[in-house]
Formats: sequence, structure tokens, C-alpha cells
Amino acid sequence: MSKGEIHVVHLYPREMSIYGDLGNTRTMTARLARHGYTPVLHQHHPGAAFPDQAHLVLGGGGQDSGQARVEADLEVIAPRLRSLAAAGTPMLMICGMYQLFGKAFVTVEGKRLPGLGILDVTTQGNPKRMIGPVVLSTDFGDVVGYENHSGSTTLGADQAAFGRVRSGFGNNGEDGSEGARTGNVFGTYLHGPILPANPVFADALLSYAVPLATGAPFEPGDLDDTFAEEARTRQVRRLVS
Amino acid sequence: MLRTSAAIAAGKLTRAVAKRRGGGSALPGLVAEKVDPKILGHALGGLPGGIVVVSGTNGKTTTTRMLVALLRAHGLSVFTNPTGSNFTRGVISALLGEVGLRGRPVADVAVLELDEAHALKFADAVTPTHALLLNVARDQLDRFAEIDHTAKLLAQLAARTSKGVVMNRDDSFVARSAEGVKTGVTIDYFGVDDSIAHRLPELMEQDTRVDDEYVVPPAGADDILLRPVDERSLEILVGPHGAGGIVGPVELKQRGLAAMINATAATAMARRLLGSRFDAATAANALATVTAPFGRGEVIDADGAPLELVLVKNPAGFTVALSTYGSTPVRTMIAINDNYADGRDVSWLYDVSFESLREVGVSLTSGVRAYDMALRLQYDEVPVADVEPDLESALDRFLRERDGQPARIFCTYTAMMTLRRRLAERYNLPAFGEEGS
Repeated sequence: MSKGEIHVVHLYPREMSIYGDLGNTRTMTARLARHGYTPVLHQHHPGAAFPDQAHLVLGGGGQDSGQARVEADLEVIAPRLRSLAAAGTPMLMICGMYQLFGKAFVTVEGKRLPGLGILDVTTQGNPKRMIGPVVLSTDFGDVVGYENHSGSTTLGADQAAFGRVRSGFGNNGEDGSEGARTGNVFGTYLHGPILPANPVFADALLSYAVPLATGAPFEPGDLDDTFAEEARTRQVRRLVS
Repeated sequence: MLRTSAAIAAGKLTRAVAKRRGGGSALPGLVAEKVDPKILGHALGGLPGGIVVVSGTNGKTTTTRMLVALLRAHGLSVFTNPTGSNFTRGVISALLGEVGLRGRPVADVAVLELDEAHALKFADAVTPTHALLLNVARDQLDRFAEIDHTAKLLAQLAARTSKGVVMNRDDSFVARSAEGVKTGVTIDYFGVDDSIAHRLPELMEQDTRVDDEYVVPPAGADDILLRPVDERSLEILVGPHGAGGIVGPVELKQRGLAAMINATAATAMARRLLGSRFDAATAANALATVTAPFGRGEVIDADGAPLELVLVKNPAGFTVALSTYGSTPVRTMIAINDNYADGRDVSWLYDVSFESLREVGVSLTSGVRAYDMALRLQYDEVPVADVEPDLESALDRFLRERDGQPARIFCTYTAMMTLRRRLAERYNLPAFGEEGS
């Protein structure tokens, strides 16, 4: 018997998922099913109505052209996203969507484009790209992934980071911070994709989503994460010695 | 000219040394280029049949081989860069083998495989007379960052070509670069016939640059179209229904839709270059003789049973390879490295669906990212029997455990190089760089 229906919303799978971020969605629906829940996946496309139920919201990275094509829709669904965030709905925004969830993006030419402001971060366009494998130290242990971004992100004074960089560039290559976390909303530059490779973090997001849907705490099943743990610890060993 | 002669002499010397050491296809070119940066222009500028550049993300090596075979079958002598080192230095290295010190290759035409970025560098040195534009797919984003950028590179190549551009009508990234082609330069299109148009989505990237979705226009009377007969045989039609002529049916030595599209592209370019000299029967015979390049669907006779080595570089390529081989499931190994030449980011594995392997499963995953591959397969519910990151141990075990049955290895570039070397030692195969052209 199912432990309950969990509604997962993937924002802009067509425009914003160039770096395999579809894998995050696949991981969440697969893990929900393996834990004994029933995942209901909603693919949200620009111009469509936002789903009535949303217990977990995922967004990925895209090219500049993709980003330009979702901005108008993001403005339309912004009030809904803000109220979901305030109610503790877990959200994971990668790369381009992380930037759009911030306060603003300042282009190389100095033009200031406002973002959703759910995370207190500001991103400065940068001619240089920050590319390479990453290891972070986070509340969920060591997290591995791959970054590929030209934006350089700065956290606001009271904004918590997602993790500290052990190897790689992170938000800006300078202050050692990576990503941002406010309540259950996470922004990060990590592709990889991040969730299959870091099951502890993946299940943490589910543990925030489940009570919103069922009213009961998350009851994890017994999952075999041997491959993920091997892959993750090998990357940590390779990159941090 | 004196400088060119000095450069060629220096390059030839390096080439002789490198050959004795058994490697390094780009180094002699690097040396010659240092001595004379204009060496390419001097050496290739005067070829009567022109300079043809083959570029795009997938299929460059196979298409180049096919085009060379087509032209040679029609009696042309062709200079090409056959070792798959598709950078300008690789071209210069190849050139060093075929020129005298005066620097003129003895050939009618040059056919060069160049990746998108190096095609432009090449065009800085020598203006290509013809360009064959295959496709744009996500590939090694470390290097090109975005496919939109890659598309721009190809469009620039098209804009700088002096006589004729042949392009893929089904690929929106490629077809949209027709806008920049200079007036007076011919444009020919190749693509697939209506009968298989439904399979295009599995081959094409999502183009998010503009609002209007790309719609493939109706085929023109001179468009060159692929019509598959079965898994290995195809016909190449001139115009819809072959009203302008038909090449084939031809049975290719390489399997699958990707190889067929490559054959169609090569035929379109050969037809443009040869004009009235193009002969359909000669073309069909030539295409039938082209063998698979190293590791690209190459079949190795390993202890009496076939072992297929399939190079996978990006989501589109892996997806096509899986659908090509899906109908004949055999024991499978997948080897994934993340060196620069493989693409350091393995995220792309999540843009490929592995469901077609679910029934037979995967015997072994290997390479630096062996566990990441096993994890990826787990999320598609494909059973993985074992994981062995060390490539040589994995290969030995895979060959031992297959009990004389046919087998297949999907591998990234540097994994393929390691496996191919091991296989060459074991089965006495020609090594890389010694491939007959």
C-alpha cells in the first residue's frame, strides 16, 4: 500500500535542463516509489497553469536563450512560488534557476535584471567561466557535483550558503561559499546531476516534502545506495587529498 | 616559400621520430606550424578540386571516410586527415606525409574533418571552397560551453565558404545557418525521407533560441534524401521519391541510422563536387566498401566471436547507438572516463535513456566513472552484474566471461583508446595512426 501521493513539479524541463538536470527529477520520482510513496510528476512549461498541488519543486540549468524564454512565466508564477517557499516546501534550483531565484543578475554590460528574490543572492555576469568537478562540505555530508557557470554569485549579509567548497570554485571562486539555503529552498551550481550522486541530500528533500503531503513524518524504506556511495566517495578521494 | 620548406622539413623530422615511438599524431603538425604559421595556406591553397571541410558534432570521421571513398571511386586523388585528429595540427601532420619540401600535396582535392572550433581556425589560414555541415548536438560542453555557441561556429564556417555549402535540412541549428551564406555560393541540402521522419526527434537537440519551432520545409527537387531499406541497407534519393535519381540500394558495413545519414551527407557533397561526373552505380559501390573507423562500430574478431567497439561521446550519439544496436542484444560492457577528451562532466549520461538494455542487463561497467555509470543504469532499472573501474582488468574479465558469445562495448574516447590498445596487442590489430586510408 502506498504511503501517500507526493506531487513533484519540474520547472521548465524543455528550456532549463541542458546539463542532465532531468536526472534530479528522475531520481526523486524513483526514490519516492522505492520508499513506498506514489510520485505524481508535473512538468511545468511556460504559459501553463501552475499545478494545484506541489510538495517538491525542481529546476535546472539552461543556456542563456532558454533562460530568456522562461523569465515572463516565472514572473507570473512568482507569488505562488513565494508562498510555497514560505510554507516550507522544499525546492532545489540548479545553476540558471538558482540565479533566477536570487535578487538580481547583473550582466557583463552592467544591466541589472531583477530575480524572484526568494534567495538573497546577487549574480554578476562574468566573462570567465568557472568549470570543473566540485566537492562541498554541507549539512548533508560531503556533496559532489560538477559546476559550469559564468555568473559570479554573492550571498547577502544574512544569507546561508548551501555548503563550503572543499574543491572547485563555488559561488564566486573567492569566498569559499557554494549555493544558498533559506528554509527548505536550496540553490546550487552543482550539476552531476546532484541528487543521484548524493542520496543523503536527496532523501533530506523528501523528508521535508512528505509531511506537507501526508501530514505524517517521512518513513524511508531500505534502499541500496552502494553504487552512489562508491561513486561519491571515489570523487571525494580523487579531488580532496 | 623558404619558410614553408623549413617548416615541412622540421615537421617531417618530428613525424619520423614520433612514428618510431608509435604515437602523437598532432605533434609534427605543431612543430611545422611553429616554424611557419601559414603552412596550411601555402600547401593547400592551389588544389584544383578545392578544399572541403566536414564539420558538426557527430559523424565527422565516418562521413569523411565515405566522402573520400566516393571521390576516389570517381578517379580523384584526395588528400585527407585520416587519423581522426580533427584539429588544424592534425591536418598539418597528415599533410607532412604527402608533400614534397616545396609544400604542394599531389592531390586534386582536400577533404578535411575538423571540429567546429578548429574549422574556423582553419578558415583563418585557408578559405574552404566547400563545407559539409552535419549536425549540432551537445558535446563536451567544457570546451564549447553551449550548443548555441557551437551553432554559431558552424554558421560562421558556412559564411566563410567560397563555393558550396551542403547542410542537414533536418537539423534546425544547421539549417538556420543558411542565412549567412554568401551570395553566389551554392547551398545543397541532405536529410531523411518522409518514411523515417518520425525518428528524427531521437537524433536532434532541442533548439530553444527562438520562439517559432523549426519546421522542416518540404524537400526540394535537388535535396538528397535517405530512405532506409532495412537495418543495414539504404537508398539515397535525389528529390522526393527519387525523381532525380537513386543511389543504391547499398548495404553499409556500419550499422544503423547514424551511418546511413552520414552516407547521405557524403553523397550530397560528392554529387556537388563531381557535378555531371557523378555516377550512381560507382557511388553505391564505393559506399559499400567503407569500413567502420576505429572504435566507431568497429567489429573485432576476438577469439572467433565478434566484439563490437562503439564510441559514445554525447547524449545524441549514445541514444542513436543504443537504438542501432537495440535490435540485437548481446553481452554489454560500458566504459566511462572523464578526461578532457571524454568531457569531464558525466551529467550527460542522464540525458540518455538506457531502457533498451533492461532486458539483457549490463555485464560490467568500467572506467574512472564506472560507479557513476552503474548508478545511472540503476535509475533506469537496468541490472548491472559487476563494476570494475580498471579498464584492462575489466576487458580481460569481460572477454573471459562471455563464453565465445558476441559482445559489445560502449566506451568514451579515452576509454576506447585504452581498450583498443589492449585489443590490438591481444588480437594483432593495426594500431591507431597506422590505419590504411
